[in-house]
Amino acid sequence: MSDDLEGFRQDARRWLQQSCPVSMRGPPPDGDDGVWGGRKSPPLEPDARAWLDRMAERGWTAPTWPREYGGGGLTADQARVLREEMRALGCRAPLKSLGLWMLGPVLLRYGTEEQKREHLPPVVRGETRWCQGYSEPEAGSDLASLRTRAVLDGAEYVVDGRKIWTSHAHLADWMFCLVRSAPEAPKHQGISFLLVDMSTPGISVRPIPLISGASPFCETLFEGVRVPARNVVGRPEQGWEVAKAVLEHERALISEMRDERSSEGEALEDVARASGALADPVLRDRVTQVNLDLLANRLTVRRALEGIQARGRPGPETSLLKLCGTEASKRRYEVLVALMGYQGLGWSGEGFDARELQRTRGWLRSRASSIEGGSSEIQLNIIAKRVLGLPD
Amino acid sequence: MTFALTHEQEAIRDAARSFARERTPVAHLRALRDACDPVGFSRGLWGEMARLGFVGMVFPERLGGAGLGYAELGLVVEELGRNLAPAPLLATVLGGSAVLLGGKTALREATLPAVCTGERVLALAHDEGSRHAPYAVATRAQRDGSGLVLRGEKSFVLDGHVADAFVVVARTSGAPGERDGLTLVHVDARAPGVSALRLDVIDSRNVARVRLDGVRVAEADVIGAPDRGADVLDRVLDRGTAALAAEMLGGAQEAFERTIAYLKTRHQFGVPIGSFQALKHRAAWMFCEVELARSVVMEALRALDGARDDAPILVSAAKARVSDAYALVANEAVQMHGGVGVTDELDIGLYLKRARVAEHTLGTAAYHRDRFARLRGY
Repeated sequence: MSDDLEGFRQDARRWLQQSCPVSMRGPPPDGDDGVWGGRKSPPLEPDARAWLDRMAERGWTAPTWPREYGGGGLTADQARVLREEMRALGCRAPLKSLGLWMLGPVLLRYGTEEQKREHLPPVVRGETRWCQGYSEPEAGSDLASLRTRAVLDGAEYVVDGRKIWTSHAHLADWMFCLVRSAPEAPKHQGISFLLVDMSTPGISVRPIPLISGASPFCETLFEGVRVPARNVVGRPEQGWEVAKAVLEHERALISEMRDERSSEGEALEDVARASGALADPVLRDRVTQVNLDLLANRLTVRRALEGIQARGRPGPETSLLKLCGTEASKRRYEVLVALMGYQGLGWSGEGFDARELQRTRGWLRSRASSIEGGSSEIQLNIIAKRVLGLPD
Repeated sequence: MTFALTHEQEAIRDAARSFARERTPVAHLRALRDACDPVGFSRGLWGEMARLGFVGMVFPERLGGAGLGYAELGLVVEELGRNLAPAPLLATVLGGSAVLLGGKTALREATLPAVCTGERVLALAHDEGSRHAPYAVATRAQRDGSGLVLRGEKSFVLDGHVADAFVVVARTSGAPGERDGLTLVHVDARAPGVSALRLDVIDSRNVARVRLDGVRVAEADVIGAPDRGADVLDRVLDRGTAALAAEMLGGAQEAFERTIAYLKTRHQFGVPIGSFQALKHRAAWMFCEVELARSVVMEALRALDGARDDAPILVSAAKARVSDAYALVANEAVQMHGGVGVTDELDIGLYLKRARVAEHTLGTAAYHRDRFARLRGY
């Protein structure tokens, strides 16, 4: 390790110690999903606000983005050191954002200078919240069959159609979405990647209640929505290529969030011990199988991140991380609920404590993880085709 | 997707890869098997492996070894595992580690240099029952004057019929199953009362049943502290298990790659069978399981080299994962090859057989999941 990097580590450590409020360190309290930003969010707690503003001022919410777009301008090594130092101090992420994780990397690669200057700085500062408009009622796993139309009318597209499973669309300021702009072209070649201001007239949003009782997903209706043509990212009809780049970031992200042990949740053996289930050798072995899954995934994510950093961008092996990460998480919840017996069957009210209810809701929520962001079956298709080279 | 290798590690892997491909391809194992070779491996090739530094890889240079680590050894055995190469390397790691970790200076100096040159084969004689159980030792070592007298039988000794000497796990106090009361001793294979019965097992590799019938050993041949032999034995087993896990990873990787190649070339219904989604998804799952196992095996080897506290738990995690992964891949490989998959002519069946024997050697997946749980405190 070079002296420069060691110097950066010392500086970063000092700065983090001074700048990260004590209340923003350590695992978040139950039910705290962190800061997602945007104009529609309720005002932040003072410490969360201060932590976000201090990090954003240095561009460290987006450490590797160029400084001219509000980023930190750090090298990959420096960003790794920053992550390590944040982890060591227990600093929570100051901002969670699809803008940071998905849109940003794509705009940096495909966006115009104007798009980057308009959209990246407010993402870094947490001022705009983005949602992703891909799936449609008739286009789920077969995403490229999407039918939301965008018809060019002068300098504007007129967008009509329906998007579904748009996470948190009701809280988002902007959406990046896929639209069909060339209906005659083959299905992968008629799609454009479009940035849409959610306050544009003609957009309506309806949250969808899920089996877990929560409504993180929405249905978004477009009726004669007028979007400036300059909001296309990449060339018109290059949208599928752009979207694939986003998806790889999303897959890496879904599993990267599982890299940290703290995000794996409570240790199953502790739950098993408390409920007396350890005496059952079958349940004990199921606990161990899950623990091995989590360990193997954690080590594999670390290996893959090394490769992604060396190459500069994710490849198709992120499908493995998404697939194995979400399937392991589902198995973990299955065992967690099994360990609780009757106490794992409660929906609400008396007779069940808050933690029991949360675990059971978590189990129901976990069922979506292997469907959203490309189902497990789609990931297997991608691995078979793009990693193993099996023929169509 | 890789953990980066150093230049030296890359050179070791490349040397092992070309040696294994050229000198010990699967045809080598077949030839020994078909000839009912009494030795079960080629002494000439074993000497070549010693000269390449493979045999003494993890032993110190002053005792004739290469002074390298388990990460490097793992690269070598992975390539040997890909080719099902028969050689007493695992026996050497087990027996040699016992002498290295617990042997008196004179014993180490008298033994290990010849082990590293490949002249002497040293084996570990530990298990007695029908499955791996390191403390279930009934073989007695009784004090007799200045030495010990051994009586008992060992059920599954790797390379037992060709070993020049054994490290025997014996009981000096307590009852079978207890961790305390074990004592390790170095026993010359030619000593009166030692006999070895070679077992003919499915993978055509060397295993023997070893009897110890009033075998006399001197105090100087005791390894580690009397009654505290398990302190050495645990570490020896971790090292051997990690090496075996790397061998199994290589076997699983090779069986997987051969199967993917077959899916691309075998045509039915006018198309390659690899175009069928029923096979694609299973192939993709195999890929994932091998990669996940690889991550854990590599981490276990690194943990041993770093003398980390979590090495034992990682070794058990690695053996558990790779046992399941190898079994999955070998079973799927046979199935996906169809009719030729169950013929003796095709090599794939040999991987299935090796996977089964290797799974049981030094503890099955279930054994290591149980050990993982105990080490995690539940």
